[in-house]
Amino acid sequence: MKNFSAFDIIGPRMIGPSSSHTAGAARLGRVAAKIGGDDIQNVVFLLHGSFAQTYRGHGTDRALVAGILGMEPNDENLRMSMEIASEKGLNFEFIKTDLGDEHPNTVKIIMTNKVGEKTEVTGSSIGGGSIKITQINGLVVEFTGEYPTLVVRQIDQPGVIAKVTKILNEFEINVAFMRVFRHSKGQDAFMIIETDTVVSKEVICKIKDSGKEIIHIYSIKSI
Amino acid sequence: MLTEFSNGVELSKICNESNKKIWEIMIEREVENSQLDREAILNYMKENLNIMKNSIKKGLYEDVKSVSGLVGGDAKLIRERYENEKTVSGKRMNKAVASAVAVLEVNASMGQIVAAPTAGSSGILPAALVTVGEDFHISDDQLSKALFTASAIGYIITKNATVAGAEGGCQAETGAAAAMAASALVELLGGSPEQALDAAAMTIKNILGLVCDPLAGLVEVPCVKRNAIGVANAFICSDMALAGVKSVIPFDEVVEAMYKVGKSLPCELRETALGGLAATPTGIRIKKQIFSKK
Ligand code: SF4
Repeated sequence: MKNFSAFDIIGPRMIGPSSSHTAGAARLGRVAAKIGGDDIQNVVFLLHGSFAQTYRGHGTDRALVAGILGMEPNDENLRMSMEIASEKGLNFEFIKTDLGDEHPNTVKIIMTNKVGEKTEVTGSSIGGGSIKITQINGLVVEFTGEYPTLVVRQIDQPGVIAKVTKILNEFEINVAFMRVFRHSKGQDAFMIIETDTVVSKEVICKIKDSGKEIIHIYSIKSI
Repeated sequence: MLTEFSNGVELSKICNESNKKIWEIMIEREVENSQLDREAILNYMKENLNIMKNSIKKGLYEDVKSVSGLVGGDAKLIRERYENEKTVSGKRMNKAVASAVAVLEVNASMGQIVAAPTAGSSGILPAALVTVGEDFHISDDQLSKALFTASAIGYIITKNATVAGAEGGCQAETGAAAAMAASALVELLGGSPEQALDAAAMTIKNILGLVCDPLAGLVEVPCVKRNAIGVANAFICSDMALAGVKSVIPFDEVVEAMYKVGKSLPCELRETALGGLAATPTGIRIKKQIFSKK
């Protein structure tokens, strides 16, 4: 069981009204935007369950957009996020939907960047502002962003994983959890690496340059 | 130095053996478990206190309105009355009640708050400490330490039961916040760790069974007023404990009872907005209005 800190009890600092529907939504948006990369121009939010039902009253819509803009859940500008997004030329749309057998507070975020590339991220707000990412581009994954997390998109080939862990080793980065998710052999796959300490830009750059099997790497720290 | 505890009995044993207050143990525990030093930890809590103060001020003096339009402005009304008239429960109590309402109104209008332990119960602890702090001229240092007392109580409840309305009803959510506030007030005013635990126990006993039934599923009605009664409950119980009144049922057993009661509440009465006040004719009408708004 998690060893609660005093600041898990007195905290988080957040914009109201709801840790799950507002703070958690902002975190989901933020993590999705990290995976979506730079230059996101268009976002569609597919809202499921309680998110679909109560998103207006809880400001879930504003929180999600704020997250896409990179705001933290306690950013005073969160309530103005839609206006700020419009000024920046970011288009967004909310669609109520049924994503099937998912957690009641789930959203599928479809981002399109300037050159028309699409990234889809699905995640749930699982209580107290904590989140869980469950799908990236249709691939089932699972991570919470509570630890510093590296999401590595790679071509599924022998030796890729060893290469990455070797670099982490060299820099004495302790891996807390590591999992690999893939469609099928030899195709696109994701490696999710949760570490104890934040991974520096240098390390990320080294991993990126370690081979052409590495398509992309994102560093996520949501809390 | 042993600083880990998982219930009230263990906590009070550690306090007695080391002759320290709950807040001291909680700070030491935090130093041990985190990568931060004592000063950074104290400063972080002081910043939380500041955000709490700001949210009270905002709700008491500015015009706030929730996104749905259902709540806002009541804190101001209560303040205007206690500033100008004699009140039934006295100025300090009214100030505390207005402050709790203020924070929840700010929360509902998408302002900044500190969850304590949740957003829905975030008014109780700030209202209790800031009101007493002002009236008794207590320093921010002392108030921040009292927040550590509160966090220890909240930690025990979270560990052994729940503080989520969806799991344990409002007794768990605003109940935990009120228990945290009561214990913090006791240590702030010189009471012993045992008295703090007694105050927390009595606070939860007083609202045992309270259901979670928010209109339209929003943290507004009845949540704002549940925070008002929460701080009043904390005041009364801290005074009783400081007077030497004991809780017949010890804190740990009260927490366990609360958890059992919470789990036996039907799903309709645990944040689903399907029962209680949410299912009254007015509750249903308001829900329809909010959901049809485009
Ligand atoms: S009624 Fe439910 S949502 Fe409202 S304060 Fe109580 S526990 Fe929280």
